[in-house]
Amino acid sequence: MNREMSVEEKTLYGFLVEFESAESLREACAKVRDAGYTKWDAHSPLPLHGMDEAMGIRPTILPYFVLIAGLAGLGGAILLQWWTNAHDYPFMISGKPFFSLPANIPIVFELTVLLSAIAAVVSIFALNGLPQWNHPLFSHERFQRATTDRFFIVVEADDPQFDREKTQTFLNALGGAAVDAVEVR
Amino acid sequence: MNSTVMQEIDNTYNDPARRAELVVGGNDFATLTDKVCSLVERPQPPREWYIALAVSSSLTLVMFAMIGYLILTGVGVWGLNIPVAWGWAIVNFVFWVGIGHAGTLISAILFLFRQKWRTSINRFAEAMTIFAVCCAGIFPGIHVGRVWVTYWLAPYPNQMQMWPNFRSPLLWDVFAVSTYAIVSVMFWYVGMIPDLATLRDRAKTKTRKIFYGLAALGWRGSHRHWHRHECAYLILAALATPLVLSVHSVVSFDFAVAQLPGWHSTIFPPYFVAGAIFSGFAMVITLIVPARKFFGLKEIVTLRHLENMCKIILLTGSIVGYSYAIEFFIAWYGGNPNETFAFINRAFGPYAWAYWTMISCNVIAPQVFWFKKFRTTPWMMLIVAIFVNIGMWFERFVIVVTSLSRDYLPSSWGYYSPTWVDILTFAGSFGLFFTLFLFFLRFLPMIAMAEVKTVMPQASLLYGKHRGVGDYHGDIPHAHEPKYWGEKT
Repeated sequence: MNREMSVEEKTLYGFLVEFESAESLREACAKVRDAGYTKWDAHSPLPLHGMDEAMGIRPTILPYFVLIAGLAGLGGAILLQWWTNAHDYPFMISGKPFFSLPANIPIVFELTVLLSAIAAVVSIFALNGLPQWNHPLFSHERFQRATTDRFFIVVEADDPQFDREKTQTFLNALGGAAVDAVEVR
Repeated sequence: MNSTVMQEIDNTYNDPARRAELVVGGNDFATLTDKVCSLVERPQPPREWYIALAVSSSLTLVMFAMIGYLILTGVGVWGLNIPVAWGWAIVNFVFWVGIGHAGTLISAILFLFRQKWRTSINRFAEAMTIFAVCCAGIFPGIHVGRVWVTYWLAPYPNQMQMWPNFRSPLLWDVFAVSTYAIVSVMFWYVGMIPDLATLRDRAKTKTRKIFYGLAALGWRGSHRHWHRHECAYLILAALATPLVLSVHSVVSFDFAVAQLPGWHSTIFPPYFVAGAIFSGFAMVITLIVPARKFFGLKEIVTLRHLENMCKIILLTGSIVGYSYAIEFFIAWYGGNPNETFAFINRAFGPYAWAYWTMISCNVIAPQVFWFKKFRTTPWMMLIVAIFVNIGMWFERFVIVVTSLSRDYLPSSWGYYSPTWVDILTFAGSFGLFFTLFLFFLRFLPMIAMAEVKTVMPQASLLYGKHRGVGDYHGDIPHAHEPKYWGEKT
């Protein structure tokens, strides 16, 4: 590699391949996965079934965050009701026991659901790295249709296996409509 | 396409050899996106939108004026009295919370049941849920008397050593309704991010680019993102499903834990939930029938969608009718004279007019949905839906007022009538609901585009190969199908 090339590679974000149908995207993704690329992604206007296998994505850890938050809500609600109504300032109301699980279930349920749901939403944003208002792909004109009706594969220049010419040849062979270089802006 | 000349396209056939298409009119991803986005992207909304907004926002102002008057003067401006210390405020609260339930039912329960027809209407119904919960929240808020100390309901350590009573159903309500509101908003927004990104990418003006750009949070349809998004969406649906059932159950506890004849009833939680879904679907129909006509969405929200909703109305309406009957049965079979009296009084006492309005609107009117003609003719279903809305408001009125006005002691009987402040506040809450809805129709995607795309044949692996056979759209192929992808040689 000569010196100029490596400078150019620094400004290159990656290659973008466009596909017209969901199925061709899926087939191409399996090929990219088998070729051993790791820093790449597929973009589509809708979630496609079978893409996780085609891209080799492992199940997300998101449900565990939800479980932890849900348990925190459950425990927190019991603690809150016991502390406030039975321990810190015992309320005697129509001779009911100071602490009894049945009367506390509605709040326990609501707080469990509330904390789990908040955890689910926060986890999507945290794990997906959103909000991210700027991204090299946004400056690419073709890519504007990724949220409407076109399907894309992006192989990033950061990928350890990335080689400008080899990767381009490989991507050209995938059967997509066009292979474009996307610059870092 | 000119929406005025579009014909109703019939996809309501029930032929097992031929699955009805969910989106008719030969749309593909691009035309679907165009049709939905054009509602938001047109430079000027239609004149009717401005007229509707003028009416509804004036009503909203009336409501705020009434609330101001109430706070400055006191709850004496309402028709409340002793014994009827709970009047229209609680009736309206339960009514509006109930309206919300259809949205969460469509978005969560039908999602878990893999009901693909939900995708065309879920965004719309969820918006309705959120706006209805906004309206619902107002009434208990202004009903507590000293509204400036409503924060005492929150369990926070204050200098007065005062904790809320967690064994009170009224506090359960606070938690249930606020959890419901928060979860509904999150569910709605998370589902909307991909569609906001679509609007951002199509935006032409700078204002739109900034607005939708900020709202879409930089969503770019990445599959690594979709993967987590779908997982979280499924979890949210699974959480919202018991939540729908719990919210109205908790609302019914407000009544059911009381000792008052007519309220003290174990059937209340399921009966309230069915009634809530019943009224909610009626409201979805009331809103969507005109909306799909005015905005030319007949190909996406098809007759089949409407017919399915009518079937749910028929089912829940029958459950509600059964509940009315079983309440009478238990009042007789239980042998409690006060209970027996409460129910005879409901049907033949001073509020008989309200009771029979309720019965005619809720039990008799939806029975016409047994006939396919009614289920598939939009104007007919609109009329029935409006009857159901009226009937369900009266149901809450009958429960609240008839029981309170005649309890155990004849010496403490009374009669309740609303004042003009009650009436204008309730009318104003409709104004708020419709104002929010009109803004939603104008500025946000009213159809969940990304979700509708998943149930279109173009999303399917088998598109072009086995099209028209079975219902594989958007599904993983069956085990006997050849593997088209991911197969290592």
